[in-house]
Amino acid sequence: MDRAPVYARLLELIEPFNKKGIALAEATSFADDLELDSLTVMDLVANIEDEWDINMPLNILPDLETIGQLADAVVKLKG
Amino acid sequence: MTDLLSKFDPYIAEHKGLLDTGVNDPFGVVMTKVLSPTRAVINGRETILVGTYNYMGMTFDEDVIAAGKKALEEFGAGSTGSRVLNGTFAPHIAVEQALKDFYGTKSAIVFSTGYQANLGMVSTLAGKGDYIVLDADSHASIYDGCKLGNAEVVRFRHNNVEDLDKRLGRLPAEAGKLVILEGVYSMLGDIAPLTEMVAVAKKHNAMTLVDEAHAMGFFGKHGRGVYEEQGLESEVDFVVGTFSKSVGTVGGFAVSNHPKFEILRLVCNPYRFTASLPPAVAATAEASIRKLMTAQAKRDNLWAVSRKLHAGLKAAGFRMATETPESAIIAVLLPDQVSTVAMWHQLLEHGIYCNMSRPPATPAGIFLLRCSLSAAHTLADVDVIVSRFVQARESLATMKAA
Repeated sequence: MDRAPVYARLLELIEPFNKKGIALAEATSFADDLELDSLTVMDLVANIEDEWDINMPLNILPDLETIGQLADAVVKLKG
Repeated sequence: MTDLLSKFDPYIAEHKGLLDTGVNDPFGVVMTKVLSPTRAVINGRETILVGTYNYMGMTFDEDVIAAGKKALEEFGAGSTGSRVLNGTFAPHIAVEQALKDFYGTKSAIVFSTGYQANLGMVSTLAGKGDYIVLDADSHASIYDGCKLGNAEVVRFRHNNVEDLDKRLGRLPAEAGKLVILEGVYSMLGDIAPLTEMVAVAKKHNAMTLVDEAHAMGFFGKHGRGVYEEQGLESEVDFVVGTFSKSVGTVGGFAVSNHPKFEILRLVCNPYRFTASLPPAVAATAEASIRKLMTAQAKRDNLWAVSRKLHAGLKAAGFRMATETPESAIIAVLLPDQVSTVAMWHQLLEHGIYCNMSRPPATPAGIFLLRCSLSAAHTLADVDVIVSRFVQARESLATMKAA
């Protein structure tokens, strides 16, 4: 699966959670830049799961700190 | 030296900011005297308890107290040991028998707290290579059980049957799967569509665990919980519960008809690597559980006062978390933390104690004054509670206007 369209669509899915209106990039951090709390992250994860018809186990979330890492994970999970 | 506690500075600042507004500490309430299941002395004032999950009002039951005293004298203050070593006394066996009688199951295992029951069951049932599929609004003890175990954990949107179906459908067909549900969700007090959810779990060959902590005693013909009320006794694999709500003491348990269930005692760390309940606690639980089997009058009264409280608060203009009183948790929604704490403080000043709940205990963005009544409350108590809610709101309005 191509990473570029995944990344582009991810930005669209993240935008509603971008309350501070910052510029989103590969290195944008969910905790430090977007300041998402754990409950908000869960909503985002559910949306991502349904977008690509994948399950994103909670166990992998602590390692996904940036949008780039999340894009990589979606591509990998989609196989 | 890096101060390991400095990571909590934001919490320290937030809590200080809260207290600096001059309110009572919502997380620091002390009951200097407990007068009954419905009354305690807080800040020197007799207060109506409207948030203790003491659903069946068993804490001061004469027979329960007598059983505890007798066991305290006969077996001593504590067991000083694990259930699998020196910590199993006659009262531990007796309370497990009471649970088997109450639930009509072949097996019952008692843990030292409800939290540990979930921690133990969740972490032990699903191992490496297995999958846990859980409701997003699951209790912290379920999430912590997931962290303690080695299974892959997948979450579905709260009470959403289709969401559960989709997530189960994405898992490998041959993998071990455990679906974790709760009969009553303890924050909003809403009940789960267990019939549909358990059917979906079966369709995908998943086993099911239902936590009935907030339903024991007053849902279903025998008071077993929402799963009994929805006719799922032969469908659900494991039921988890607690002694610290309807039973009126402390402890947790799991019951099951699974033929291999008893092996969990030897492989479950939160069961075997902790001291067993004090024998007096086990004896009070046994006495209470046996009385709950025939507590129809208490059960009827709990529903009557809960429905009246929901109707009364709704009529007074409060925003309720559920449109109808689905359970014995009657939660009032407030817009944000500041207004919730202010109202909670005013209620306490008016002699009402309820729970102040906020994220992450509650779902995102939800602030609650969570009320629960007991079978020991009267309909007249409910009138007083509702009028004090109205008075507290008026006091707040006056303060704001000033």
